[in-house]
Amino acid sequence: MITNQTVVDDLVTQFGTSVTEFEQPYGMLTFTTIPEQIVEILAYLKNHKTLKFNFLTDITGVHFPDVEEKEFCVVYHLHSLENNVRVRIKVYLPEANLHIPTVIPVFVGANWMERETFDFYGIIFDGHPKMERILNMEDMDYHPMRKQYPLEDATRDDKIDALFGR
Amino acid sequence: MAEEVFEAKTTSDALAMNRPVVEDKGYTTLNLGPTHPATHGVFQNILTMDGDTIVHGEQTVGYIHRAFEKIAERRPFYQITTLTDRLNYCSSPINNFGWHMTVEKLLQVDVPKRAEYIRVIMMELARISDHVICNSILGVDTGAYSGFLYVFQEREKIYEIYEEVCGARLTTNMGRIGGMERDLSPTAIAKIKDLVYNSLPKVLAEFEKLFDRNRIFMDRTVNVGGITPERALDYGFTGPNLRAAGVDYDVRVMEPYSSYDDFDFNIPIGHNGDTYDRYLVRNMEMWESIKIIRQAIENLPEGPYYANENHYYLPPKKEVYRSMEALIYHFKIVMGEIDAPVGEVYHAVEGGNGEVGYYLISDGGRTPYRLHFRRPCFIYYQAYPEMCKGLTISDAVAIMSSLNVIAGELDA
Amino acid sequence: MSDIKMGEAPDGFEGAGFFATSLDQVVGLARSHSLWPLPFATSCCGIEFMATMGSHYDISRFGSERPSFSPRQADILMVMGTIAKKMGPIVKQVYQQMAEPKWVMAVGACASSGGIFDSYSVLQGIDRIIPVDVYVPGCPPRPEQILDALMELKKMARSETTRRRNEPEYKALLESYNIPVLEG
Repeated sequence: MITNQTVVDDLVTQFGTSVTEFEQPYGMLTFTTIPEQIVEILAYLKNHKTLKFNFLTDITGVHFPDVEEKEFCVVYHLHSLENNVRVRIKVYLPEANLHIPTVIPVFVGANWMERETFDFYGIIFDGHPKMERILNMEDMDYHPMRKQYPLEDATRDDKIDALFGR
Repeated sequence: MAEEVFEAKTTSDALAMNRPVVEDKGYTTLNLGPTHPATHGVFQNILTMDGDTIVHGEQTVGYIHRAFEKIAERRPFYQITTLTDRLNYCSSPINNFGWHMTVEKLLQVDVPKRAEYIRVIMMELARISDHVICNSILGVDTGAYSGFLYVFQEREKIYEIYEEVCGARLTTNMGRIGGMERDLSPTAIAKIKDLVYNSLPKVLAEFEKLFDRNRIFMDRTVNVGGITPERALDYGFTGPNLRAAGVDYDVRVMEPYSSYDDFDFNIPIGHNGDTYDRYLVRNMEMWESIKIIRQAIENLPEGPYYANENHYYLPPKKEVYRSMEALIYHFKIVMGEIDAPVGEVYHAVEGGNGEVGYYLISDGGRTPYRLHFRRPCFIYYQAYPEMCKGLTISDAVAIMSSLNVIAGELDA
Repeated sequence: MSDIKMGEAPDGFEGAGFFATSLDQVVGLARSHSLWPLPFATSCCGIEFMATMGSHYDISRFGSERPSFSPRQADILMVMGTIAKKMGPIVKQVYQQMAEPKWVMAVGACASSGGIFDSYSVLQGIDRIIPVDVYVPGCPPRPEQILDALMELKKMARSETTRRRNEPEYKALLESYNIPVLEG
């Protein structure tokens, strides 16, 4: 039986101080690491003899515009199908340097998830074979999921205040 | 649009036509989509063909990107249900309840047994309607239209049940945070019983008789588009497509939600991961779903159908007119003025196509700070060119429909 | 004893052995009973169109027997579902590839106005790029509503002149959408 504590102990002995901020929100082990280590950690967890985190559930990004030096966050969800344990790994990136290595060599399915994260947030995955927009149009000049950009379609002219009694 | 052949023999040709440059090996570039009838949605596949054989494929997606995740950041929690409907529109109730369960996990609400059972019934009906579409369309794509006409009659009956339960056919917006919006009516129970005991098993058996050992169908599907379990896991396959490859991963069993552990059912798995196995797994799953619905409807517990969660569950209309407190809650919920607790939740449900995940970050505000949908289609559709390699166009079409790629879910 | 229903004859002059009416009306009558749709289905509404096409609602009863996936042979462009900005040029291209006479039906809230998706990536109604004849409300509309819209289109097809594209209003309309008008 693998518990969250087993995973934590194993990771700390292997990676020392580059894995930090262990939490368990709603039962799921969450920790933070640095961009340089992410590929190594995923590969380690995937090929581990007992932990066997062999399934990459998801990659996504989050934008925290108010947190200095940690404006962007890339979140990885891993699942060990055999032990039925999930972990969440976070990597914070400063806005000035939005680079993180790609994890495609470890999980080939990461390809589109990384492209989507790039499309939404502009986080660049180094070593990705095709770092282009995936969902939006090629000629879009901003990354729409960043908090400063509006949701609404800017071309609409029928949403004037007078029509809404303002 | 019919397939159009672009021959890009030289670099300047290719540039002029805005197509990828292909070295002159006698390859043709074939554009499949985005409005090709066999793509069932809007994807573009630029295939490089060596005669009849597919050498390489390049996909373009995003043709109906609707910005669900951005919209979700601007909507109160209960309004996001409307968005989840439109993710995988073939099985909306699963998405609806998945979202409700995510919020309930955040709020740590215990939903009464009756509501959970009703949810299970509706989710399994949704799974049946999802698989019915996938398998019958696979039939259409391999040249058999009659199966489609047979089973769509049954799907209409499922939609009638939806209408009885929530009032809508396709985009159901079913249930509320904390339970169901209303109880199952006697008519709904009678209709569900009629469906799972009388009409559906008959039609499904007939459907299987049409396809299972059909020479043409088997020739078109057996050993077409196979994938190994290791590769499938690597690509992030989930749901029937992963199980067809032989991995018995099912969220309903691994992390039972909504009382799924009360029911006795099997997880059908295939072993080749090819189109035929995917078809069989989906068919078997429909039988298992019927089994689950029968158990749930027979053992439907008595009691309330919603949790006592007055910050999220609308008070009964009668009370809104009489009691001050109910009126205030009603107003606050409708206006979206309820502050959610701070937290970070991932919740997964077994959707029609695989693990539908909701990753919710709440900063204590009235709307999610960030809501990410793990959309199974988006993740496994990446493997499509690899699965088509070395096959012909007609095989590629069959693989596409057996993967059941739903554009709304894929493009978010 | 057959229960085949005959189309109602248009107005005209009838006498012993002859019937005289205008060509427009005869052609309109014929056209209105054989409108082939091009199902341009992108999302949810497409699934409802499948129900409309299926055995229960059966759109074939009204002359739309064959969903024509080739724009060249289609009469109605049925745009069903959200059209994102990325998809916009393709809709326009398909519309231009269709032969006259052609009609456009915007099925569902998204195709009509963008619907609930007032977002950066969604086209706020297809009438921004191509002219629309019939709008069908609903999210998604019920199959009955889609059939009703088809009835409306039939009325339109019946009452229009044979050579609609020669009319100055029609030319002006297409020009306002930047769509070249084909002569002849």
